[in-house]
Amino acid sequence: MKLAGFSLSRWLGIVVKEFIQLRRDRLTFGMIVGIPVMQLLLFGFAINSDPKSLPTAVLSQDNSRYARTVTTALQTSSYFKVVKQISTEDEAEKLLARGEVQFVVTIPVGFERALARGERPVLLVEADATDPAATGNALAALEQAISTALAHDLTGVLADSQQSPSPVDVRIHRRYNPEGITAYNIVPGLLGVILTMTMVLMTGLAMTRERERGTFENLLATPALPIEVMTGKIVPYILIGLLQVTLVLLAARYIFGVPMLGNVFLLYGGVLIFIAANLTLGITFSSIARNQLQAMQMTFFFFLPSMLLSGFMFPFRGMPQWAQAIGDVLPLTHFLGLVRGLMLKGDSFVDLWPNLWPILLFMAVVMALGLKAYRKTLD
Amino acid sequence: MNTDLVIDVQNLNKRFGDKHVVKDFSLQVRRGEIFGFLGPNGSGKTTSIRMLCGLLTPDSGSGTCLGHDVIHDTAAIKREVGYMTQRFSLWEDLTIRENLDFVARMYSMPNRKQAVDRAIEQLGLTARRNQLSGSLSGGWKQRLALAACMLHDPKLLLLDEPTAGVDPKARRDFWEEIHALAATGISVLVSTHYMDEAERCHRLAYIAYGSVLSKGTVDEVVAAQHLFTWLVSGADLSALQHQLNGKPGIDQVTPFGSTLHVVGGDRAALEAAIAPFRNDARYKWQEGSATLEDVFIHLMESAPDNFQ
Repeated sequence: MKLAGFSLSRWLGIVVKEFIQLRRDRLTFGMIVGIPVMQLLLFGFAINSDPKSLPTAVLSQDNSRYARTVTTALQTSSYFKVVKQISTEDEAEKLLARGEVQFVVTIPVGFERALARGERPVLLVEADATDPAATGNALAALEQAISTALAHDLTGVLADSQQSPSPVDVRIHRRYNPEGITAYNIVPGLLGVILTMTMVLMTGLAMTRERERGTFENLLATPALPIEVMTGKIVPYILIGLLQVTLVLLAARYIFGVPMLGNVFLLYGGVLIFIAANLTLGITFSSIARNQLQAMQMTFFFFLPSMLLSGFMFPFRGMPQWAQAIGDVLPLTHFLGLVRGLMLKGDSFVDLWPNLWPILLFMAVVMALGLKAYRKTLD
Repeated sequence: MNTDLVIDVQNLNKRFGDKHVVKDFSLQVRRGEIFGFLGPNGSGKTTSIRMLCGLLTPDSGSGTCLGHDVIHDTAAIKREVGYMTQRFSLWEDLTIRENLDFVARMYSMPNRKQAVDRAIEQLGLTARRNQLSGSLSGGWKQRLALAACMLHDPKLLLLDEPTAGVDPKARRDFWEEIHALAATGISVLVSTHYMDEAERCHRLAYIAYGSVLSKGTVDEVVAAQHLFTWLVSGADLSALQHQLNGKPGIDQVTPFGSTLHVVGGDRAALEAAIAPFRNDARYKWQEGSATLEDVFIHLMESAPDNFQ
């Protein structure tokens, strides 16, 4: 490098000018401070790859002391949190399909008697394994927890049945993804991530580009109505979104072998609603942002928590309550449930509804904010 | 209502936040008239034009543009007005043809294809019709923009500083075209900074800090200010300018090429002020008449600046 003629005061002038501009650009400044803080909070406090207190339902067909011991053992292992006592298999099926519980533990009829006779009764544990990472550790800890608890009870008369390896035969059914293939979880999830990224960003840029280049004024001077401008500008991106979805679905099917158990049309319906929610957000960003850079920064601010808190990268239930509350607001969280439910579980519309209405609500709120911001920019 | 007025607005006001950008703006433009709109930067010209073409809603005031109410009938105004923005605002990543075709669609024009082809032919751009408009020179961009806002046969053209950054030859051609259009009955409201352009207008209005300060034909505007001007030529004029500046009776001293314009509102006071210098052999004094530029500088300096 040639340093001859290097002027310190000239160089300082450039440094100072850069700082002045940085200070004026509040959003960039916010990003410089906000992104590290956000990442620290999310990675430091919210993300936990060893989720505990997973919601569990117990289907007890044997109302005995030992059945209660099993329930208590689950609770004390800290991995499980018994949220429901149910009485039918139908109910168990429904809870798993909707993702309301992660596990269903079935204590069979005559559990106590079989245990007393040393017959190693079967304890059935059904796990929602759509996200293998969420269930792995809990299942690993399960057998030990139950054996230890029962060993404590099986003293005295029944001490004989305390044979090794374990007094009960714990059978684990990994539902929906028996082999625990990560791609089954990631690939459907990618649908939502890709759509969030492109839909929010592209609409945000499309609108701010017009404003930045001054062409928006030309458009407004023509008889074109705002509704024509808005919807007309959005439609191409909806088509792009659908194209992306189709590409990912084809890859899921033919490259990764991800099953498609549900109705494809229902999936596309859900996708359209999700696209609409993201486009609404993109347009709202574009009415607030003054230039394309700001639209991009806002998208990033939204994208980061969407990736981290939606359950795409890390198990949703591993996060503390406050992080789950934020995650519940994000459309991606619900879209993941929706897509995984459709593809891996073959959910019906009724099962999907709990994940559908939060997306619609998000869209309605953002649209109301967006309309308010849009009016301001016209006058 | 006078049907001969294409623009007839009274007391339009517009505020942005606590800035009163346009104050009690009234304007009458007749059919077939070229009306010049002058004023310094940030004086509210663009805002006024935007209110006339329905892009902005005035906070108060009333009036019509082409017979349509400027507050409630903006959709009808947009259909019949051609508005050319200050900055080139066609799509640079579309070709000439695509731009014109898009504009034609926005105005729901019948025979869109023929209209676009005709416009391109008139522009003389048939051979370059598939060129991206962003690659055109300033002068061509301006001509394309004019063609785009003429496409739907508007009755009124609103041109916001159409010749900014355009070379003198292109400017002259542009004004010839404006006059040709006006001769066919189209009315034109054009804002400009150039005095020679102002003098080509049938009538004009001078606006500063949001208020119209003077209105009429060039002669009327000049006469209304009652200014007296002495022209000085000779050597070392800048020294003389310094000596004259601020003397009682002298309102402004402005160099124009090789002459100095010494302007005052009171003839006797002006003559008294310059008397000590009249006999200096280095300078040649001659009484002249105030020019439009003298008048505008006078207006600009005497206008209260309420934006500070």
